[in-house]
Amino acid sequence: MIQQERPLSPFMQYRWQYTNTLSILHRLTGIFMSAGLLLLVYWLASAASGSEDYNAALNLLNRPVVKFAMFLWLFSFYYHLFNGIRHLCWDLGWGFERAVAKKTGWLTLICAIVLTALTWMCLSLHVYASANGGLV
Amino acid sequence: MNMRSPMKSVLGLGAAKQGSHHWWMQRVSSVALLLLAPWFLLSLISLGDVSYASLTLWIAQPVHSVLLTMFVVITVYHTQLGLQVVIEDYVAHEGLKLVTILIINFVLLLLAVIGVFSILRIAFSVSPAIHLQMGLE
Repeated sequence: MIQQERPLSPFMQYRWQYTNTLSILHRLTGIFMSAGLLLLVYWLASAASGSEDYNAALNLLNRPVVKFAMFLWLFSFYYHLFNGIRHLCWDLGWGFERAVAKKTGWLTLICAIVLTALTWMCLSLHVYASANGGLV
Repeated sequence: MNMRSPMKSVLGLGAAKQGSHHWWMQRVSSVALLLLAPWFLLSLISLGDVSYASLTLWIAQPVHSVLLTMFVVITVYHTQLGLQVVIEDYVAHEGLKLVTILIINFVLLLLAVIGVFSILRIAFSVSPAIHLQMGLE
């Protein structure tokens, strides 16, 4: 059989650029936070079943792996929040111009990084402040 | 509140059988979370100490119980809507697509029920007397 050069679907040909990076990041952070929902509910359920179970849960949440995941969840939260606002603005018809979209894209990323760092510092300070151990 | 245009009501639901409902509810839940999610995070930060006593006392305050319940329910709903779109976009096989969506829906419903039940259990078991003792009310 003779192999013919068939045209590719448009999305196979798109150049990798900031628009699809930010869009994929929105989905990835959303999916990642869905996993975090398991932990949030586990945390609430442990608090509902008494102090012993709750302290056992806190021990689990204090493990370095979970702490690292929490850091990523925090970033995911801020990124998804700010990019979500960007999406809502687009739905209202605002910010579609190339220059504006690029600016808000960078703004989203920078705000997410800065607020993640600030929040992490805030939570870390609580650890030293409280005898029982803070969240982080 | 019905925010759909009269044209949509006249034309019916279209090929997808549910029109723009899914898309619209994703937006509605996102606006609710725009307020609830930062509230939850700020509360955790200002609570600082997440020991059993201070967390359960915090949850048991009526305003917090109600807002936290809303946060959990709407978060699960928003997650369901979002994950469904992702699966519809990337899982090509129809059977696998259906099964994955169903499993995720069941798990998320379970999470919502456990979450709400836990909040209510804490809210109804922490006695108001303790609040008085702690000088919270």
